[in-house]
Amino acid sequence: MPLSTQSQADADQYILIASLDNARNLSNILKAISLRDHAIFNATQNGLKVTVEDSKCLQANAFIQAEIFQEYIIKEDAVGFQVNLTVLLDCLTIFGGSTVPGVCTALRMCYNGYGYPLTLFLEEGGVVTVCKINTQEPEEPIDFDFCSTNVTNKVILQSESLKEAFSELDMTSEVLQITMSPSHPYFRLSTFGNSGNAHYDYPKDSDMMELFHCTSEASTCKYKMSLLKPSTKALALSCKVSVRTDSRGFLSLQYLVRNDDGQICFVEYYCCPDEEVEEE
Amino acid sequence: MDCVATGGNVKVLAKAIHSLSRIGEELYLESLEDGLALRSVNSSRSAFACFLLSPLFFQRYQAPSDQSFRCKMPIKSIQAVFKSLASLDRSVEKCRIQLDSEKNRLTITLHCKHGLLKTHNLSYQECEGLQAVFDKESCANVLQAQPRLMVDTVLHFPPSLEEVNLSVSSDRVWLRNHVEDDADSSRAMMTELCLSSEEFDHFAVGTQTSVTFCLKELRGLLVFADSSGLPVSMYFDEPGSPVILSVTDSVLEANFVLATLSEDSHPKKNHVNSDTKHPDTEQPPDDFMSDDMDSFLIAMETSELPVPSHVPTSPPRPTSNRKHSFSEEEEEEALAEGPPNKKFCSLFFGSVLPTPSQLPNQTMQSQEVLASDSEDENQTETS
Repeated sequence: MPLSTQSQADADQYILIASLDNARNLSNILKAISLRDHAIFNATQNGLKVTVEDSKCLQANAFIQAEIFQEYIIKEDAVGFQVNLTVLLDCLTIFGGSTVPGVCTALRMCYNGYGYPLTLFLEEGGVVTVCKINTQEPEEPIDFDFCSTNVTNKVILQSESLKEAFSELDMTSEVLQITMSPSHPYFRLSTFGNSGNAHYDYPKDSDMMELFHCTSEASTCKYKMSLLKPSTKALALSCKVSVRTDSRGFLSLQYLVRNDDGQICFVEYYCCPDEEVEEE
Repeated sequence: MDCVATGGNVKVLAKAIHSLSRIGEELYLESLEDGLALRSVNSSRSAFACFLLSPLFFQRYQAPSDQSFRCKMPIKSIQAVFKSLASLDRSVEKCRIQLDSEKNRLTITLHCKHGLLKTHNLSYQECEGLQAVFDKESCANVLQAQPRLMVDTVLHFPPSLEEVNLSVSSDRVWLRNHVEDDADSSRAMMTELCLSSEEFDHFAVGTQTSVTFCLKELRGLLVFADSSGLPVSMYFDEPGSPVILSVTDSVLEANFVLATLSEDSHPKKNHVNSDTKHPDTEQPPDDFMSDDMDSFLIAMETSELPVPSHVPTSPPRPTSNRKHSFSEEEEEEALAEGPPNKKFCSLFFGSVLPTPSQLPNQTMQSQEVLASDSEDENQTETS
């Protein structure tokens, strides 16, 4: 394979090398968090964490464990950089979206360290492309401080049923309201649009509901539709989703994604509630 | 009002709504003893469609107790309720439509698989009824065909084609695209399809005739008919009278009423409560065409399309009545469907029909006389 013909000298300089036989295992999951142009990469021994933030209110993270990669070498405890995610995705899919079975793009992602570009070696059908993407100083991702102790309500649903609801959401509504209650309606998504309001209710005994954990109080929070709508991409890829809200009304959506090879990756979204003047 | 549709009927209901969306921007809903009526009309009032779902269509049908309930709403908002048409029959078990008159909301609840409940509370506007006056029984010509035949026929015409001309003789039907006289005839593509009477389930041609109507609005019905597999019936008379396309089964009746270009090249409106009047054809065709465009433009700018306050009681328009007296107040409501094309229509019509003797009188007359005296043919209009 052409990628392995790189000289050993080059390989020694890289502080991070990650290889995949199928670049889609990375590109698909990155598409699920592609809300904004810039992504913060944070690589550790455990794997790769990619973060995208939007207006300090929304954060999307993708976790690709080291085991997913065919080759994963990291020479420091933590390697961080920031790249233009749109450019990165364009490079990862540079050979086009070939859906012919058996044909896929192989990837070798290499990083020399601070100040160096992110180098991508992509190969498909004997053709090799080398991409060098400029990196920037990584920003510190916001810590949403979402810990299990603060979680008031938690629901785990099979993505199938939520996918339909999300695709039908009334986009003329500025907010998406999530209600979680120990009694009816249990789990409800509501929109308030131009033609009226709509509610999607998931009962706790539905066979789509894998887990329903609600404290004694019902919680109803509103989130900006424009912030949450992009999460539909992650939902589309996932097979299960966990929805949690905490005492502050912050929302955590965690998606279990199976890649082309059946391996599991995670995507999570954190969102601040939409604080508005109380209206009656 | 409270009605519940179950199983496959939910999809039929959704398809009816999508079909109506091809006609107009608003859906008129009326809950009657006879059933639930869903109607729509286009902005120029040249196309009207009505789906009447009998109480048997529903698992439960409860009309409002005191009077019939009528409302209208933007069709897009109700279409959004039935967005994912393909998965409707897989996921939706029951659809319930209820009226909450206190909050002025129409509540549509979809009970889906896995216990999922979708509730849509739509705001509506109370309105007067919308009903076109038409009488299928009085039409001289009746054709009935399987929807597949019509869909396959219409497939030959480009999607952008506005108007199509349907001509019938005692044993044949021709379908042609309608080309404006002033259009560059060297560049226009002419398509003509000829179908024999044997292709139709029912073929009753009383008078050989040729009518021109808008194809775009017809496609809405064809999509519905094709998916339901029900035969489509066409009722039409002479040019000027509307053509009525109908799809019926034991629990539902759909009628699409489309205006046709009249012999004097004025589009006749469906008699939607207001009598439509058109300027007299006293000027030669060229001047006349620009006049008509002016009135069309005036009408577009100034008209506030009236919603009928009652179902009109005037009898169906007499067949020989071709021209209406010009009336100022009505001019604003009359909207031309397209520039008059009388010359072209007559010529083409004449060249196709083999036996002139069978043609009704007025057709021959109009072939010879381009602009006839309105007083001769006028009959008193009942208002």
